[in-house]
Amino acid sequence: MDESAAESGPLNILIADDNDSDRLILKTLLKRLGHDVLDAANGEEAVALFRSKGPDIVLLDVLMPGMDGMEAARQIKELAAERLVPLIFITSLTEVEALAKCLEAGGDGFLSKPYNRVMIKAKINAFNRMRLMHQALSDQRDLMLARNRQLLEEQHVARRVFDNVAHTGCLNAANIRYHASPLSVFSGDVLFASPRPAGGMLVFAGDFTGHGLPAAIGAMPIAETFYGMASKGFNGSDILREINQKLVRILPKDMFCCAVMVEADFGLNQLNVWNGGLPDTWLIRSSSERFILPSLHLPLGILSAEQFSAEMEIVRSLPGDRLLLMTDGVLECANGEGQLFGEQGVRLAVESAGAEGHPFDALMAGIQRFTGHQKFGDDLTLFCLEMVDEAGLTVLPDNTAPSTLAGPTQWKCVYEVQGRTLEEFNPLPLLLHICMEVPGLRRKSGEIYTLLSELYNNALEHGVLELPSEWKYTSEGFNRYYSERTSRLGTVSNHYIRFNFHHEPMHWGGRLSVVCEDSGRGFDFQSHPVLQSTEMAQSGPRYGGRGLALLKRLTESIRFHEQGNRVEIVYDWYL
Amino acid sequence: MPIHTRSSHDGQILIISIDGRFDFSTHQAFRDAYEHGGKDVDGYIVDLSDATYLDSSALGMLLLLRDYAGGDNANIAIENCNNDVRKILTISNFEQLFTIR
Repeated sequence: MDESAAESGPLNILIADDNDSDRLILKTLLKRLGHDVLDAANGEEAVALFRSKGPDIVLLDVLMPGMDGMEAARQIKELAAERLVPLIFITSLTEVEALAKCLEAGGDGFLSKPYNRVMIKAKINAFNRMRLMHQALSDQRDLMLARNRQLLEEQHVARRVFDNVAHTGCLNAANIRYHASPLSVFSGDVLFASPRPAGGMLVFAGDFTGHGLPAAIGAMPIAETFYGMASKGFNGSDILREINQKLVRILPKDMFCCAVMVEADFGLNQLNVWNGGLPDTWLIRSSSERFILPSLHLPLGILSAEQFSAEMEIVRSLPGDRLLLMTDGVLECANGEGQLFGEQGVRLAVESAGAEGHPFDALMAGIQRFTGHQKFGDDLTLFCLEMVDEAGLTVLPDNTAPSTLAGPTQWKCVYEVQGRTLEEFNPLPLLLHICMEVPGLRRKSGEIYTLLSELYNNALEHGVLELPSEWKYTSEGFNRYYSERTSRLGTVSNHYIRFNFHHEPMHWGGRLSVVCEDSGRGFDFQSHPVLQSTEMAQSGPRYGGRGLALLKRLTESIRFHEQGNRVEIVYDWYL
Repeated sequence: MPIHTRSSHDGQILIISIDGRFDFSTHQAFRDAYEHGGKDVDGYIVDLSDATYLDSSALGMLLLLRDYAGGDNANIAIENCNNDVRKILTISNFEQLFTIR
């Protein structure tokens, strides 16, 4: 065997020439070079042999009777499809136009007669290198396609697992509009919404640095933390602190999560917003007045717990007001010229909505007009929440699975929060947790949370801090209320709020009695309008009144003692 | 090279200049720049006069530098940002972590 064939192994070469002696010379030459040779005397035979034997390289005479080399070349190239089979024309033609036609028919090169052994060997080797390179590229491409298909399948499976942890919560509520790519978790975006036990909603939108698996893995604990804590009654700040701490611990130093947390209270008509690193959040009033809530914080996952600030901006709102938030992807939408949509684009789109239009639709349409695509936004998240009358909001089904464990039904418990702890600790989730151990009471978590939070907030804000609730009803007073709340919290060292719980089973279900006592000066409950009247309608919209009216409606009885700093409620629940 | 380094006269400040896009493609070069800065270095200046663009992975790299330079005790200034770059640093509130001039 010749050394040249040893280099690449013997090739299977098809030759076609109508001249018997020329064909024999070529065949002998190629065999001596170590290759296997198939030979045909015309085009038809060549095509048939190609079809049945699939040779590696084809050498074709141009002029043959019947089907000539040109036509055979066309058919062979078609049969070869994606496989690169080098096709060399054997010709004594020298005319440029004729040679060009050979190339157009699919030829890759020429070999001139009479045959020259050295030249044939070099050509075959050169074309074989090309064939092998093409083969390697095709194999790699096929491998990549297969791997990519596998990756996408895995992402879909991972997405299903992710969805079970990070379900859409209450994103389908009537007052929510959103756009999120189905696979957005792998682009680093997350969007969660959860109803709160006592009404209202929490919303979390996040954008991880990086893409793909690391981002998705980072998103899992956020989902778990968000939904777990939200359903237990923790507020936005508590959840932010927890998520931040978790991310600091698990993420590498150069990864973080830009985020917005929104806490909507439809009863108080209040929005609390925290923005760390996401684009401006927009508040669009029903009066079409607009203002923005910019990022005031570092993203999550950077600062240690001591340095992290979970302080939310508190905004008064009215039914019909809409909050619009988005991830970077919105600003980074590009048009054909490579220009970015940017803050300017968002502003123009939002303004174009006018008084009638919905800002969500206006922004989606604005992006579509700008990019010129109907399909866009694989890596953008856009979310709009409308403030509504809570009564108008369909109650979302409680999807907590009932516990199969028997729990306590007859117990007492005293829990007292003292001094500086009043300033920094929210005891409500813990207290709710204690009550939720009672089998059967779990279904009532919303009502229990409402009772506890009304009792606690009244004791803290009006009892201990002596904040007048009427302040909240002017925009000036609203800000004053919250700045006073913060500063007065610094002076509570001698104060306490004490809860006495007593639960006992009844033949109808159970009875929970709660006594809440605070160290404040109390109030004149004898002449409070809500406590005097038996009619709910007279309670009016005032918060202080609203809270008491709510307690009255939910409980069997409510009684004040001492100078009004000790309140006792009795709550019956039914099997 | 899109990244150049030089030292102040006393060798205590390492000045890292980024040319063009400051994104994931400069990851290794940026890291090499501060890791091979010399043992006397106790402060860093990231000069962005010629940086046209900065993405979130660049923010991540700045955090890595901060961690390398001592975390909360790091002495790092980011200088001469153009408006786009400045905007990105502002949205992320990085002025809480770095001196931005």
